Amino acid sequence: MKTAAHLFQPDRGALHLRRQIANYLAVGLTTLFAGAAIFFLGYLIVYVARLGIQYLNIDFFTQPPGAEGEAGGGVLPAIEGSLIIVGLAAAIGVPLGIFTGIYLSEFGRGRIASVVRFLVDILTGIPSIIFGLFAWVLIVVPQHHFSGFAGSVALSIIMIPTVARATEEVLRLVPKEMREGSVALGATESRTILRVVIPAAKSGIITGILLAVARVAGETAPLLMTALGTNFSRISLSRPMDALPLRVFNFTLDPFAADHDKAYAGAFVLMMLVLVTSFAVRWATGGFKQR
Amino acid sequence: MQFLFSTAITVASGRARAWIRKLQVQARRPWDFLFRGLTYLLVLVVLCTVVGIAWVMLSNSLPTIQTFGWSFLTNEAFDPVHNTFGVRPALFGTLETALFALIVALPLGVGTAIFLVDFCPRALRAPLGFIVDLLAAIPSIVLGLWGAVVMVPWLQNTGQPWLQKYLGFLPFFQGEIHGYSILAGGLLLIVMILPILTAISREVMLVVPKAQREGLLALGATRWEVIRYAVLPFARAGIAGGAILALGRALGETIAVTLVIGNQAASPSLHLFDTGYTLSSVIANQFGEATPGLFQSAVLEAGLILLIITLIVNIFARLLISRLGRERVGGLVV
Repeated sequence: MKTAAHLFQPDRGALHLRRQIANYLAVGLTTLFAGAAIFFLGYLIVYVARLGIQYLNIDFFTQPPGAEGEAGGGVLPAIEGSLIIVGLAAAIGVPLGIFTGIYLSEFGRGRIASVVRFLVDILTGIPSIIFGLFAWVLIVVPQHHFSGFAGSVALSIIMIPTVARATEEVLRLVPKEMREGSVALGATESRTILRVVIPAAKSGIITGILLAVARVAGETAPLLMTALGTNFSRISLSRPMDALPLRVFNFTLDPFAADHDKAYAGAFVLMMLVLVTSFAVRWATGGFKQR
Repeated sequence: MQFLFSTAITVASGRARAWIRKLQVQARRPWDFLFRGLTYLLVLVVLCTVVGIAWVMLSNSLPTIQTFGWSFLTNEAFDPVHNTFGVRPALFGTLETALFALIVALPLGVGTAIFLVDFCPRALRAPLGFIVDLLAAIPSIVLGLWGAVVMVPWLQNTGQPWLQKYLGFLPFFQGEIHGYSILAGGLLLIVMILPILTAISREVMLVVPKAQREGLLALGATRWEVIRYAVLPFARAGIAGGAILALGRALGETIAVTLVIGNQAASPSLHLFDTGYTLSSVIANQFGEATPGLFQSAVLEAGLILLIITLIVNIFARLLISRLGRERVGGLVV
């Protein structure tokens, strides 16, 4: 540290001034960068909200899409489809995620556990379109038609790592004494986990599930090649189904301004869904307090 | 010999007895047995899914792998009419957009993190950090919509002409102006990877020992010098890991990029104004018409290549991050 100590000697005329300038420059630049990021987020939310809210009315939620390029009409099939596809995806993905989390926290030892953890981490990094491609070639291609079910399968795989890591993390936070106390009272292993450990970690697990659901509810790419999208209200998992992100995508591709307006309304609904979930989760976990 | 043999039997029977004993104990607690069994079964399902994805992608792209071999990577045309397939422009577009986004987003993200950790008033730290995290939660279709309807026309009328006028001597800002361009895709990717870069940089900077900062302050260093000499060297590996994770995310992003990149292959060049293709936008654009046979296989091989690239990038990033001796980075599951 000899050079550093020398460097930091105060009051050396020109050197001192240069250090001050560098300091102010750094403060200014980083403030500018952070400000830009926050400004852009605010701008995007306000922009989408301003255009989107105009087209939010009862019809938007209760009517099928009108003719292309004309105002009016709604996104009822997309809302139904999103609820069903995401619901089924959660029904498949959440148990898989939770039990993987339980395994990693409670049973997993040694090499096999680290392989499982590694693969779950890898799953987080795989682009979502790959899961769509997987469901497409596995379900859509053999059946010769697109289906909501294939979409659910693709989305469920995306949910697994988020739920699994969240579960593992909160289960690890449950104090050892609670488990020992339960076993000392004569409870079996499964009873300890199900009746003592999981209830203690319940809110954390629910947080993980909520975040995973919010994330897949906004996914478009994997649904593009599985659920495909449709203009009709058809509640059948074995047929093409619409979903909100798909609807927004198709509205965006249309060249008409009226459709872009409807796209903003859909995008606003999607964005609010995610933002409200994030806020609720942060509020429930006390994340607004200082660290 | 006989001694060895009998020892082996004793050991084996001892093992067997212990095993039977274990089973007996477990049989006495059937619920434990069932619960463990169920857990192992579901974990096995997850493992099979991961391996299955790799297997399905590989086995279904065999036809093009056998037909084209390595030339699939260097072939210009993705042409179902003449049954000749290659992903050179897409591969190039994927790397170009992602690298461009990373190069611009890295200083922005690290700068934002420095602000949030060191310069920001204490009371604003948590809320501002949360706001940056929120940016990560915005669905990519929302960004894609904004990009296609607002950003692309703006680029065409204002942004790109301006860049060409003042920075046109650089190879990046030459060529025909379309609005839809590699540049547009890269700009959206910056927004998408900025939050993850900021979050990881912030987490690794927060774990720099307090004594290290205070020591430097005591030597008379300015706040920037503390960051420059005490914080950044300590956080370097973590930031590098975060940058590579962000790169992985940028490489695989589909919808937002597909909506603004133009989806027309120009021959690979440094010109950011050219329209382009990425591997994921090839998949999103072509799967609909993909007839069984070579065409379908070509779409899947594009996916396979994307999978392999992102796998390598992710594994590398995790190795870098785990060198910090932490499996997770702070409170963030990445």
